[in-house]
Amino acid sequence: MSHATRDHLGRPVVVVTGIGIVTSLGEGKQDNWRNLVAGISGVRQIDRFSTEGLRTQIAGLIDWQGDGPYCSPVHSLTLARKSASEAIAQSKIGSQGSFPGPLFLAISPAETKWDQRMDVYKSDNSDNSTGYERLIRNASQGDFHHYYSLFQYGSTAEFLAGEFGTRGQPISLTTACASGATSVQLGVEAIRRGDTDAALCVGTDGEICEEMVVRFTLLSALSTQNDDPQGASKPFSKTRDGFVMAEGSATLVLESYDSAKARGAKILGVVRGTGERADTFHRTRSKPDGSAIIDTITRSLADAGMSPADIDCINAHGTSTPENDKMEYLALSAALGSELDNTPISSNKSMIGHTLSAAGTIEAAISLMTISNGVIPPTINCHEQDPNILMDVVPNVKREQPVSTVMSNSFGFGGQNVCLIFSAEPD
Amino acid sequence: MTGIGLISSLGEGLDKHWAQLTSGKTPVPSVDSDSQAPYPVHPIVALEIDSQIPKRSDQRQMGPWQHLGTYTAGLALDDAGIAHNEALLAATNMIVSAGGGERDIEVDTAIMELLSTADEPGPLLNDSLMNNLRPTLFLAQLSNLMAGNISIVHGVTDSSRTFMGDELAGVMAVDTAVAQIQHGQGEIFLVGGAYIAERADMTMLMAMGNTLHQGEHSPVWSRESGDGGMIMGSASAFLVLESREHAESRGVKPYARIDRIVADRCNRHAGAARKTADKLLERIADQLPSGPLPVISGCCGIQPQLGEEHEFLESLTSRGVSPAIRGVTTVIGNTMEAQFPVNVALASLAISRGAFFDPFDSSGTEQVFADRPDQVLISNWGHWRGESLALIGKPGVSLRGGTRS
Repeated sequence: MSHATRDHLGRPVVVVTGIGIVTSLGEGKQDNWRNLVAGISGVRQIDRFSTEGLRTQIAGLIDWQGDGPYCSPVHSLTLARKSASEAIAQSKIGSQGSFPGPLFLAISPAETKWDQRMDVYKSDNSDNSTGYERLIRNASQGDFHHYYSLFQYGSTAEFLAGEFGTRGQPISLTTACASGATSVQLGVEAIRRGDTDAALCVGTDGEICEEMVVRFTLLSALSTQNDDPQGASKPFSKTRDGFVMAEGSATLVLESYDSAKARGAKILGVVRGTGERADTFHRTRSKPDGSAIIDTITRSLADAGMSPADIDCINAHGTSTPENDKMEYLALSAALGSELDNTPISSNKSMIGHTLSAAGTIEAAISLMTISNGVIPPTINCHEQDPNILMDVVPNVKREQPVSTVMSNSFGFGGQNVCLIFSAEPD
Repeated sequence: MTGIGLISSLGEGLDKHWAQLTSGKTPVPSVDSDSQAPYPVHPIVALEIDSQIPKRSDQRQMGPWQHLGTYTAGLALDDAGIAHNEALLAATNMIVSAGGGERDIEVDTAIMELLSTADEPGPLLNDSLMNNLRPTLFLAQLSNLMAGNISIVHGVTDSSRTFMGDELAGVMAVDTAVAQIQHGQGEIFLVGGAYIAERADMTMLMAMGNTLHQGEHSPVWSRESGDGGMIMGSASAFLVLESREHAESRGVKPYARIDRIVADRCNRHAGAARKTADKLLERIADQLPSGPLPVISGCCGIQPQLGEEHEFLESLTSRGVSPAIRGVTTVIGNTMEAQFPVNVALASLAISRGAFFDPFDSSGTEQVFADRPDQVLISNWGHWRGESLALIGKPGVSLRGGTRS
């Protein structure tokens, strides 16, 4: 490997050779891309559970997967399986059940939900015990081993690692709404270290239930525009009132450029750089001066060896909350300066909703599809753009233009900020 | 390793652990038999929370689990001499191995009562949750908010990642930090985790798998003859790791050096964990010394993996190694995401003080180790999945086969 292909800092170049995606817009790249460029929304009325009494009654649910009665870890696993299978099949890497690299899984923290809690609670009411005393007694006496193995923090990664035959101990990670981007970062770092030639980076989130909706509602984070589900997610609009929760999964197969070339793989794009900076200001809000986000963007450019002029378009975090979209604009203007005027910024959360732990991976996948198709998906529902957000947000209609480099932003509760830069394979 | 924060049921800080584990007598674990009855647990000690989390407004945003981790992270930063050093903290990377924060047991209890007799539980559940959940509870539960709180309270602001997945999350957190340091992807890291055992919601989860030991506390190796089972323990450990050059440039003396970490997984069919451990051992065999070797084992107590891990450790003799095993779970319990960082902290403590711990039980399973430990082997298997081994060494003492870096 003495002539190995290196980047501007002498590190192995990391490329993408497989992409898989499932969202409320459909299963697979083809359906998702068709709907994304057509500006179609996957958000609808929640029918998985009763929404009576909830302020938010809409979400980007995925309920066509046929994984039986809803059980969150099973659902997250099903979605992850779909996207990972698609990505691995496209990359033609390894062999059936044997992926030649580690698994980095972005996933929501495993939690026993109300359905399971009530199952255990109701399984035996033969004495007068209540609360957790009864739960613990019933838990040890009944047959709940399947719940035990589903709700460990590492369960989903374990099952995926077993099924796809990834190497070594898998890593389950969370950086809240930046998780998906963090999984890509970890894969990039492992390949740059030379620890592996390939990595399977998966983000999945199938966790929409009553308590999740209530939790985000109590933080005033969700849109309550229930009467128009498809119009509710409206990033950068004057009337935006919160994000719309959604489910989905995406997978990237990352490889070193040399190893992909050596096996004749089709290269779908290059991961040029990653940037990160934790914020210290507040648990759910950025520093008012945006400095942590600005650093994140600047660091990703430095890591990629690029300048703002090299970025052709930006896949925004763009959640449709008043706070995020304002801060993202502020940070982009500071980090990119006047170049921002020439850089289209699109938020696919306007159509898909916010897939939380999966969002970073889904948006990485869409960034790469944007490059390969030369089409920027629109930010839909942008009928009255926020007059304080002076960016070209590709409102409502897709834009056809050559795109060779995309920046993708992800910001999460807990001060998590990650920025990824993808580009086309150099000629 | 230049900074250690360590808290368990044995107390706060390295000195308390050292005193209790080298007293010349079998250590007496702290056990709470009531709060999670019929399951004993090792309870958390009281924290002087204001000393590490001075702002009440910050304290209110967290539950006991985040308090414990944020507090212990502060101890590690203090110990490494980098607390309040803004420039250095802004260049400090963080990997936290996390579970999640506590639920509101009272709210849950009331809702269960309400739903258990309802014909149409859905709207009742929505209504109860909307009216009774505290808005800040979610933030106290979120796994990555331990890291978030450490950033906010202590100012650690370079990269921030949170790994989940029980015991192996701790292993992969330390392993990833070491790999990043070795390859110039960061000079200094804060790595660690925390676990609170006195938690009915976690007790329920573990009880569903029939994984818990009932009744009186007993040393972990003695559980091989019965049904087996875990005794959970509250603990936290955070470690400051830095490259040798970085530590030397600051003029700090390291406790210990992390030489190797190897980890893998298997399906846990009978004998599979043992086989995985054998393969892991093969990967570090060139760095194993011969003769007596201190071993810290995180053996969880569940059968059959307890027996498999014990058998594996005894098999070291076939390589000319005489293991002096310490079953850490006997004295502080299974501490899940914190367990590997705790084990690394204890190994480093022994190396830095030039002696190993007394046997943790009097059964004869654990041999006395009378020499100065230059190397400690850690065996850390997950209660459900994942196996790992690590070698911790004394700075300045070279290993057979050389170090990885």
